[in-house]
Amino acid sequence: MGIAAPTSDAASGREIRGTPVGKPGSMRSRISTVLRYLLLIMLAISFFLPFYWMISSALKDDSQVYTVPPIWIPRPAHWNNFPDAWLQHDFIRYAVNTVFRYAIPVALAGTVSSAVVAYGFSRLRWPGRDTLFFVCLTTMMIPFQVTMVPLFIVFRGLGWLNSYRPLVIPAFFGSPYFIFMLRQFFLTIPEELADAARIDGANEIGIMARIMFPLAQPALIVVALFQFMAAWNDYFGPLVYINRDAMYPLALGINQLRSALTGIAISPLAYPYLMAVSTVATVPVVVGFYFTQRTFIEGISMTGLKG
Amino acid sequence: MTAMDMATRVRRGISKSTGKRLALGLAFVSPWLLGFLGFTVYPVISSLYYSFHRYDLLRSPIFLGFGNYVEIFTKDPTFGLVVYNTIYYVLLSAPLGVISAFLMASLLNTEIKGRSVFRAIFFIPAIVPAVVTAMVWSFLLNVQYGAINATLRGLGLSTIPFISSPRLAKPSLILIHMWAQGNAMVIFLASLQDIPRSLYEAATVDGANAWHKFWHITIPMCTPVILFNLIMGFIGGFQNFTLPWLLTGGGPNQATEFYALFLYRQAFNYMRMGKASALAWILFIAIVVFTVALFKSSARWVYYAGGTE
Repeated sequence: MGIAAPTSDAASGREIRGTPVGKPGSMRSRISTVLRYLLLIMLAISFFLPFYWMISSALKDDSQVYTVPPIWIPRPAHWNNFPDAWLQHDFIRYAVNTVFRYAIPVALAGTVSSAVVAYGFSRLRWPGRDTLFFVCLTTMMIPFQVTMVPLFIVFRGLGWLNSYRPLVIPAFFGSPYFIFMLRQFFLTIPEELADAARIDGANEIGIMARIMFPLAQPALIVVALFQFMAAWNDYFGPLVYINRDAMYPLALGINQLRSALTGIAISPLAYPYLMAVSTVATVPVVVGFYFTQRTFIEGISMTGLKG
Repeated sequence: MTAMDMATRVRRGISKSTGKRLALGLAFVSPWLLGFLGFTVYPVISSLYYSFHRYDLLRSPIFLGFGNYVEIFTKDPTFGLVVYNTIYYVLLSAPLGVISAFLMASLLNTEIKGRSVFRAIFFIPAIVPAVVTAMVWSFLLNVQYGAINATLRGLGLSTIPFISSPRLAKPSLILIHMWAQGNAMVIFLASLQDIPRSLYEAATVDGANAWHKFWHITIPMCTPVILFNLIMGFIGGFQNFTLPWLLTGGGPNQATEFYALFLYRQAFNYMRMGKASALAWILFIAIVVFTVALFKSSARWVYYAGGTE
């Protein structure tokens, strides 16, 4: 079976999956190990290719971009594309808007409010709790298009267009997805500690803030990170509510750069600049993921398995 | 046992009357409750109201009865095409996305060195900003200078007009969708690791080969998660907006004019808030019907290890 037949390799890759395979050291298991690695490496290369292309193109000048066959390692590498692209346009302002007007407020407000609500849905006993929680979960089924138009009309009436208020204020009311995630996490923490505190006369807010939140710190950090990244990546929200250049987040700024560069026939530096800015926009997400990989992945798999 | 009894008794002793517990519980969930009323209940009802009106934000709404719905189904020349595009995309992208995620998860679930590196590479496409995905792929698939076509031209082969051809635009978007399956992959990985090893060992004793084990243990044990990911894929597919909006803008020749793009234009380009609301309700009902149908069918193909519920 050759490398040139990815589809049949894919099929055999699945066969291999049913571990344990053969006896260790046997001919069969050695072949299947080799095939498995081959398939994995080929898949990994093709999955990484777009990122490699992005980074290498960010380092090219116009003569290197329009070359056939394509140049994979640009020599010389034009590192100055990064500061040039970044500084020639208003990207510092866009980045500041994204982080300080949108991502950080949403991450803070959304995490605290979702945690308080999740506490009420998991650690307190009260009539109607599970019914309301079910209602909370079902709201996730409603497509955003249904609420989009009326909310736009309301926010417009309040004079909130061209500000981040339509995107940030709702975060103060918790988000069903994160309420669900945090509730699942709170349920895993034993009740005894809270009971001991109750006997000592602590009130619920004290128990939540001094016992539950410190214990749930990893989950709270992941939820904050998810929300930060969702805001950092968000294109649709700002598209609806923000159309003044000075208020743009990175997502709208990058797309504007593309329209500006490709507007003038084919501007030579269009792609390198675009790729340089895209690379910079990707870095925080990848770094954030890298440092929290384990909890990050647990957070996602939790919603799937218990959902 | 006794400790638990004690704890229960203590809890009961401390706990106040039902009314007070209700008040405390509601106080804690009040942020969500207020948000639910303001950001869900009100807009949902309001959207239904607008769907029966003509409203352009300038003049006050004019009652049309079912006018918007009649127009959408009988008079709008692009609605049929939009529905076709959307169903085409949903029916292909959801299952293919699940297959791609499942294949990656299966490969990662074997004993391999550098698993976390491979996992990161497979996962990262799911978390990069949509704008970046659009910019990178539009360049990568560019018919003249993109990595793929420039390579083909360098080899003297003919180029593939991925996103610039009406025939290949939708498949190209599906390809990108299959690339960004990190979330589903991670959920599959967790469910693969939950399959008891004893099942495989018992099957080995009975003389099953790897293929049998895959078909008769791995797949059935994963069906609940396949259902979950399939539903998420369908719901996401129906609402797919950002990537086609940025990558193809609905073109070429309206080949990627999906439902969410069409709806967005009605609302924010043509200021037809009533018609957009009617479209949103049609979408809502379609998603609910589709999801319920999938759940109903799941009784026949989903296996719950803990007994059927």
